Amino acid sequence: MDIHEYQAKKILSNFGVTIPRGGIVYSPENAENKAREIGGSRWVVKAQIHSGARGKAGGIIVCNTPLEVAQATDKLLGKKLVTNQTGPEGKIVNRIYIEEATDIEKELYLGLVFDRSSESIMVVASTEGGMSVEEISKEKPETIIRSKIEVAVGMQNFQARELAFGLGIEPELIRRASETIIGCYKAFSELDATMVEVNPLVISKQKQILALDCKMSFDNNAMFRRSQVSELRDKTQEDSKEIFASDRGLNYVSLDGNIGNIINGAGLAMASMDMIKLAGGAPANFLDVGGGATPEKIVKAFKLVTMDEKVKVILVNIFAGINRCDWVAEGIVDALKKIQIKVPLVIRLAGTNVEKGNKILKESKINYIEANTLEDAANKAVAALNK
Amino acid sequence: MTVLVDKNSKIIIQGFTGKMGSFHADEMIKYGSNVVGGVTPGKGGSKHLDLPVFNTVKDAVNETGADASILFVPPAFAADSAMEAADAGIKICVAIVDGIPSHDMIRIKRYMRRYTKSSKMTLVGPNCAGIISPGKSMLGIMPGHIYKEGRVGIISRSGTLGYEAAQQLKNLNIGVSTSVGIGGDPINGSSFRDIIEKFETDDETDAILMIGEIGGPQEVAAGEFAKENMKKPVIAYIAGLTAPKGRVMGHAGAIVSAYGESATEKVEILKECRITISKNPSVMGDTVKSVLEKI
Repeated sequence: MDIHEYQAKKILSNFGVTIPRGGIVYSPENAENKAREIGGSRWVVKAQIHSGARGKAGGIIVCNTPLEVAQATDKLLGKKLVTNQTGPEGKIVNRIYIEEATDIEKELYLGLVFDRSSESIMVVASTEGGMSVEEISKEKPETIIRSKIEVAVGMQNFQARELAFGLGIEPELIRRASETIIGCYKAFSELDATMVEVNPLVISKQKQILALDCKMSFDNNAMFRRSQVSELRDKTQEDSKEIFASDRGLNYVSLDGNIGNIINGAGLAMASMDMIKLAGGAPANFLDVGGGATPEKIVKAFKLVTMDEKVKVILVNIFAGINRCDWVAEGIVDALKKIQIKVPLVIRLAGTNVEKGNKILKESKINYIEANTLEDAANKAVAALNK
Repeated sequence: MTVLVDKNSKIIIQGFTGKMGSFHADEMIKYGSNVVGGVTPGKGGSKHLDLPVFNTVKDAVNETGADASILFVPPAFAADSAMEAADAGIKICVAIVDGIPSHDMIRIKRYMRRYTKSSKMTLVGPNCAGIISPGKSMLGIMPGHIYKEGRVGIISRSGTLGYEAAQQLKNLNIGVSTSVGIGGDPINGSSFRDIIEKFETDDETDAILMIGEIGGPQEVAAGEFAKENMKKPVIAYIAGLTAPKGRVMGHAGAIVSAYGESATEKVEILKECRITISKNPSVMGDTVKSVLEKI
């Protein structure tokens, strides 16, 4: 789960990280007042969307008067911002963060992620803040320093100090820099985060160390014990079909193609997408109804896939294990009584009681194309598209 | 593979009296697995499916001599149960459950560092289908009948894609020595490399089929291990050639976040490790067959 910049900063400040003064607003009038309340003579108006690279997309505007702040807010609110991370449809701006402008002396990069090889938390830092970590590792890999943190004992002062010195921070600021790094680590480890990225972490002309921008993601599996984090979810930043799916226990990812998929198991779903591509088609979605593929989930899956207007063919591929094909087939027949499908439907069943399952489908008089193997299913789906 | 489970493995079910635990315990017993009892804290002393229920794993081990366990407890309690099994002297533990927080998985693995290599429990999963040695024992939730007895080892992150492979092999009259589902989570108990190493020393296995997917470093680590240390042939299929970057594809661990984690990159690296690639998921069986013919 992702959260907004202003939410992430609030969290970091609770862990002792300094952030610029700022506040969230929902209207231009609000914005003007907020700028006066914050004080100072320059402000940054920042569109809050779940994406990085907002600056390049025009989502961050520096203003010199409260009136300009109001105008910038007016310009951004309700707009869809398209960045290199949002996809072509962009993300809607419903919240604006107004922040006092910082006199930047130096921009640094600080990121924390899980390291899957060492199964520890990895802190990544660089003197090249402001660039994305991908750009840094491509263009200035020599500036990257890493530190693996043993989760059982947590981050030690010396580890934070080593990173701070490694970033070339001047001696009188080392202590504050170490506290900042440890604050980020604590936020990561105590809140079940999967990513904390402060980019840039800046040293201001006034010799303050500040988190100027921050992204945080959290482990969905841990939200049951992080109610304060899960409350920060902003559904307006998520694909509506993906919300429909996640609320119903389905794993769904919207894609660009036109062959809709209903598959049980994430690996089989990815494999079916690969077969569709190989057959010359393109998947409209990734959809895993779960290993069990219960009839209820099949009904929900059909609803979801038919919500997508791009879909011109639907491919169902179920490998029945503990559940049985006859049961799955009944689920499909039941779903098709409730939901009208106007596009060709290809069904491939495999596994337990496959003959019974296919017999039920045939006798149900539903209009579909039967397939036997993965390859056969993909080929028939693509062929149906071209008719 | 007798290294993990065989006919003599004494199995207990953790979360025995729940709906999932009861259903799958029954399936395992029907398959012929040697299930000796189960654990549900607070229900010790009672009987379930005609088998004894214990309050703790230690009690179960002391009374039944159990050496294998399978977890059907909710994700919030799974880490605790896995550590309890390790501490009670269980040798192999399969965590079926999907949804264990990554921080908890790291905690389990750190906890297990206190044991020496010979006394350390092997944890398989979470978010997996489990282990089956066809004709011997099933410590998992797979449909047992699609696995023919034989001499090919399967390791798969995905459950249903592992079934697909077993079915393709069966259709070609090729059997399986052991199939191990290592699960779809980013941090798991046993990696491809851990299991591939066990297959190399298993005298019931001639070749290994590794079914990977996008995300994480494990397929490449296994490939590099195989190149240096293995004599048995390895065949691999990597799912997700069409998966977009930066998106989680169903499995929490299926996300491309670094170089070497996309399906195309993994395939290239594995080829360099002299691993035979099944170029698409519908020819996993055929690819294994062609490799077996060359042995």
